[in-house]
Amino acid sequence: MNIRTFAAIDVGSYELTIKIFEFSGKDNMREIDCVSRRLDLGSDTYARGKISNEKMDELCRTLKDFSDIMRTYKVKEYKAYGTSAIRETENTTIVQDQIAQRTGIIVETLGNSEQRFLDYKSVASKGETFRKIIEEKTAILDIGGGSIQLSLFDNDTLVSTQNLRLGVLRLQDYLNRFAVKGSQKEELINEMAMARLDTYKRLYVKDKEIRNLIVVDDYLSPWAVRKREAAGGKEYLETSDFDKLFEVLHSHNPVQIARAMAIPEERIGLVFISAVLIKYIAELLGIQRIWVPGVTLCDGIAYEYAEKIRMFGGEHDFDEDIIACAMNTSKRYMGSRKRSEALENFTTAIFDSMKRVHGLGKRERLYLRLAVILHDCGKYISMVNIGETSFQIVMATEIIGLSDKEREIVANVVRFNHSRFVYDGQGMGSMSRESFLVVAKLTAILRLANSLDRSHKQKLKSLKASLKENQLILTVDTQEDLTLERGFFESNSDFFQEVFSVEPVLKQRKKF
Amino acid sequence: MGEIDFYDAKYYTNRELSWILFNRRVLNEARDKNIPLFERLKFLSITASNLDEFFMIRVASLKDMVNAKYQKPDIAGMTPKEQLAHLDVAIHEVVELQYSTYNRSLVPRLKLNGLQIIGCHEELSKKEAAFVDKYFEENVYPVLTPMAVDSSRPFPLIRNKTLNIAALVRKKDIGEELEFAMVQVPSVLSRVVELPAGQNTRKIILLEEIIERNIDKLFLNYDIVCAYPFRIMRNADLTIEEDEAADLLKEIEKQLKKRQWGEAIRLEVASHCDKRLLKILKEELRIEPQNIYAIEGPLDLTVLMKIYGMEGFGHLKAPGYTPQPVPQLPPGCHIFDEILKGDILLHHPYQTFAPVVDFIRQAAKDPEVLAIKQTLYRVSGNSPIIAALAQAAENGKQVTVLVELKARFDEENNIVWARMLEKAGCHVIYGLVGLKTHSKITLVVRREEDGIRRYVHLGTGNYNDATAKLYTDIGLLTCSEDIGQDATAVFNMLSGYSEPRVWNKLTLAPLWLKDRFRHLIAREKQFALDGRPARIIAKMNALCDQDIIASLYEASAAGVKIDLIVRGICCLKTGIPGVSENITVRSIVGDFLEHSRIFYFENDEHYEIYCGSADWMPRNLERRVEIMFPVDRPELKERLLHILQTQLNDNVKASVLQGDGNYEKVTKRGRQPFASQEAFCREAENEARAAFEEEPATRTFVPEVHHEA
Repeated sequence: MNIRTFAAIDVGSYELTIKIFEFSGKDNMREIDCVSRRLDLGSDTYARGKISNEKMDELCRTLKDFSDIMRTYKVKEYKAYGTSAIRETENTTIVQDQIAQRTGIIVETLGNSEQRFLDYKSVASKGETFRKIIEEKTAILDIGGGSIQLSLFDNDTLVSTQNLRLGVLRLQDYLNRFAVKGSQKEELINEMAMARLDTYKRLYVKDKEIRNLIVVDDYLSPWAVRKREAAGGKEYLETSDFDKLFEVLHSHNPVQIARAMAIPEERIGLVFISAVLIKYIAELLGIQRIWVPGVTLCDGIAYEYAEKIRMFGGEHDFDEDIIACAMNTSKRYMGSRKRSEALENFTTAIFDSMKRVHGLGKRERLYLRLAVILHDCGKYISMVNIGETSFQIVMATEIIGLSDKEREIVANVVRFNHSRFVYDGQGMGSMSRESFLVVAKLTAILRLANSLDRSHKQKLKSLKASLKENQLILTVDTQEDLTLERGFFESNSDFFQEVFSVEPVLKQRKKF
Repeated sequence: MGEIDFYDAKYYTNRELSWILFNRRVLNEARDKNIPLFERLKFLSITASNLDEFFMIRVASLKDMVNAKYQKPDIAGMTPKEQLAHLDVAIHEVVELQYSTYNRSLVPRLKLNGLQIIGCHEELSKKEAAFVDKYFEENVYPVLTPMAVDSSRPFPLIRNKTLNIAALVRKKDIGEELEFAMVQVPSVLSRVVELPAGQNTRKIILLEEIIERNIDKLFLNYDIVCAYPFRIMRNADLTIEEDEAADLLKEIEKQLKKRQWGEAIRLEVASHCDKRLLKILKEELRIEPQNIYAIEGPLDLTVLMKIYGMEGFGHLKAPGYTPQPVPQLPPGCHIFDEILKGDILLHHPYQTFAPVVDFIRQAAKDPEVLAIKQTLYRVSGNSPIIAALAQAAENGKQVTVLVELKARFDEENNIVWARMLEKAGCHVIYGLVGLKTHSKITLVVRREEDGIRRYVHLGTGNYNDATAKLYTDIGLLTCSEDIGQDATAVFNMLSGYSEPRVWNKLTLAPLWLKDRFRHLIAREKQFALDGRPARIIAKMNALCDQDIIASLYEASAAGVKIDLIVRGICCLKTGIPGVSENITVRSIVGDFLEHSRIFYFENDEHYEIYCGSADWMPRNLERRVEIMFPVDRPELKERLLHILQTQLNDNVKASVLQGDGNYEKVTKRGRQPFASQEAFCREAENEARAAFEEEPATRTFVPEVHHEA
């Protein structure tokens, strides 16, 4: 049988973890080893901006061990991701290079939205329970060292996701700095959290009734998982379970708490912060059931790998989640849904017919769709500088599942749809050659499609695109007058021709 | 009547006094006329070496406590000082009993059976004396280092546990003053010297007698006034400051050298020793009168083991037993294939330890094996397991070995092996800071057709092929996914990584084991209260954890029937109304050392059975890494239950703890004598015979026939 062994490494801000997975056949993913070592990189990064030498040594030593473990299992492929502690150090590149030199392991950094997306995928990998729970209005609370991520679900789809800098290590750092007494801790965490969360609720939740909370964290999860095992498969925690937990947390000393919760003593501080966050967020949102699946980033990394090698079939369409998120952002800025839909039809028709010429794939098609959805969000702020303001909004908005690099591509496509195109070498910042080309190609397509609905009246009901030698024939069915559209079409076709060396031709087919 | 406080000191027995009772049970074997004579020698020898160890560890640590003015009472409410006072009396009694057994029972019987031990050199015949003197000159004299003490020479350093001869001497010619002189009886020579064969009787003499007889040849300028053997024992409780020791290995090496120079806590001298000589010893060694043992007979009875080992006298020894092959594992089988067919339970020494060695040997050679991980506590000299592990590392397997350096008295041995394994390329972990690793677990990771598969051996005894012939232990070979995952997690933890989120099957000390036991006991209690059947049978080496005992009392008070099979120390008292009426305790002392730990819980007619490396002692549950594993397969559970029941039926080697705190042999009351160890031997033989005896050859010949196509 064809068996693939894969290692997922999470260089977290609090712990280093390697999980070894075995993939055999479709949908058959098996965890065969999980090794983690506590290493508090986060405190260094959040407090001083850099990882200290001692921690760096420890980090390399552990990763060296991890590479031995991989060798033991004869692992051929691996993925190692650093999260906020690595991402937010001032000298990320140097850190990455040192690790590679000393351990041979290439650690990539994971943007917040990518990391959260992986966490989210790992939750989704839990299958049936996940599908059932998101039928109702559900929030996912992903608690990390540096920040937390709150995502909302409605009718099976992700509708919004927000990052809040309320990670447990960050909060602990504050508590330490303020020298808070034990009895004040809960109130203080609550105050710090609520200052942000009240606004969050006003903006995103409003009066939606959210019943379920899915929690992803590395702190309280072990306890919750054990509790679930002990309860013989009772999947959810009730809020009353939390009340009981707080009784223990308040009335016992650390040794007793560690015993009662079956966790190491040193973790109690962080577990406490995590528990307080969960408790108050649950209260704020009016949650009734809490599900702690006990997944970790490593599960998400493995899930992603499984998708890549096509071991997993699409049970849940994650691309649609990304689209849904973008649509919600668009809605916030009063974007026209109808126009987006019309534009999307045009752009995808053009994109698909041009495959042979542009050579782009599924992922780029997703960028294009996102650019379409977000193409006019800047209007909310300025009707003149639409390009620049839209660009700024997209750059400042977290789109779950997109890396920073990908977001920049989408933002630029949106920008150049309106503004003059800026070539690389003319101040495109840090963008790579490949990204630049993607931006150019997608911009050309979006501009062309945009011109077809210049009047914003959705005159064209359907569009057929076909590539014939050096011409892209766009056939439209409509009875309306297309003078305006034709005019803009022609002026935009220059850029299209420049990029693809293909001449776009608009043909109107009137039906009588 | 108020609530009963199950922690009340009056419900507990002091562990040291309970240990003395254990040693007396061993001594009873030496006194049992139904046992072959040489076996009785062996038992007596064991009581002596037991007592030595007891002195060095337990008595020494009590003395440390007294010196440190430590007042905290023990489980039975006794302060260290009170315990020492009781022990002094009890130990003197034991020693007296040892020597009366030796002198009155064993020596005369040996003589009747053709072996004469010459107690003192004055009894030698002329011819024999000549032989002995010649022996002295040729063999002994060259290795002796006589030492005399005068004002210019300090009192010599006397080594722990060594046998010495002290003498009072006087300078020839001018001497008035008595001087002290001594010589160590060399440990490089055999202490038992056989004299030239007589007619029907073989004769032996002890080395110290030969030296004593010739001591004048050592101090030529002196007249010998008198000479007597003596032996001292020093404080040897080795406490390693783990948190401070940067390099544990070096620290232990250092401690080992130091061990010989501790404070003297026991002095043994011949009972008829000269008073003046004794006074010098007493003063120089600063030893208190109650710690002086006047011995009637040879000092250090461990010498009897040497006599036991003499050639001949086969008819006076128990017939040897050969550990039997395991039916599921025919010789030459591929062990991983057999384990894949189903879990295999091993019962040593009735069944051979060879499969465990083979398990590692085959893993070392198997090209599909990726990794071998093992914990080693006490290994034998020349261990085939060590050799196989080294071989595996050389074959490119990833080999991780945790060598516990803190295994008492074995440190020196362990360091040697650890170094050797490192050289071979194994990853060696030298124990954990603050914890002894007592668990016995081996993990073999193998890459198979359908993915990684893990094979695990879990045991109650050490990976020691030598002691596996003498200690009764349980082993389990399995490739259960759940246990495999847990085993991986155990080694990850031993390598310093975090605990897994969930344990499937195994329970670990010092993490959760004690809580788990208490939970299991409390669960039985609840069943009893609900009027359901409730029962606990537990077999272990020692029981002295107060929390566990209190839980047992509670359960017993609720009506749980509890039968305990505890070989050694037991701080629990039986027969206390309202507390422990439902508890029985029995101890089995036999040819094999009872060593397995098996725990049975009725669980409302769905009984659960566990084995493990831990006794119910605080040190096992709180300061050691131990593993308890459940045995799940019905047929294996039945076998374990059968083992427990067989032991409960033992009426030959079992003694039962009485309400007054003493142990008494089980009364047979007309029943057939039944010895459980004996029964296990026969069972293992029968099983092996049934499995391996060849099918009777068929009586008809089958001719090969040529078939037309």
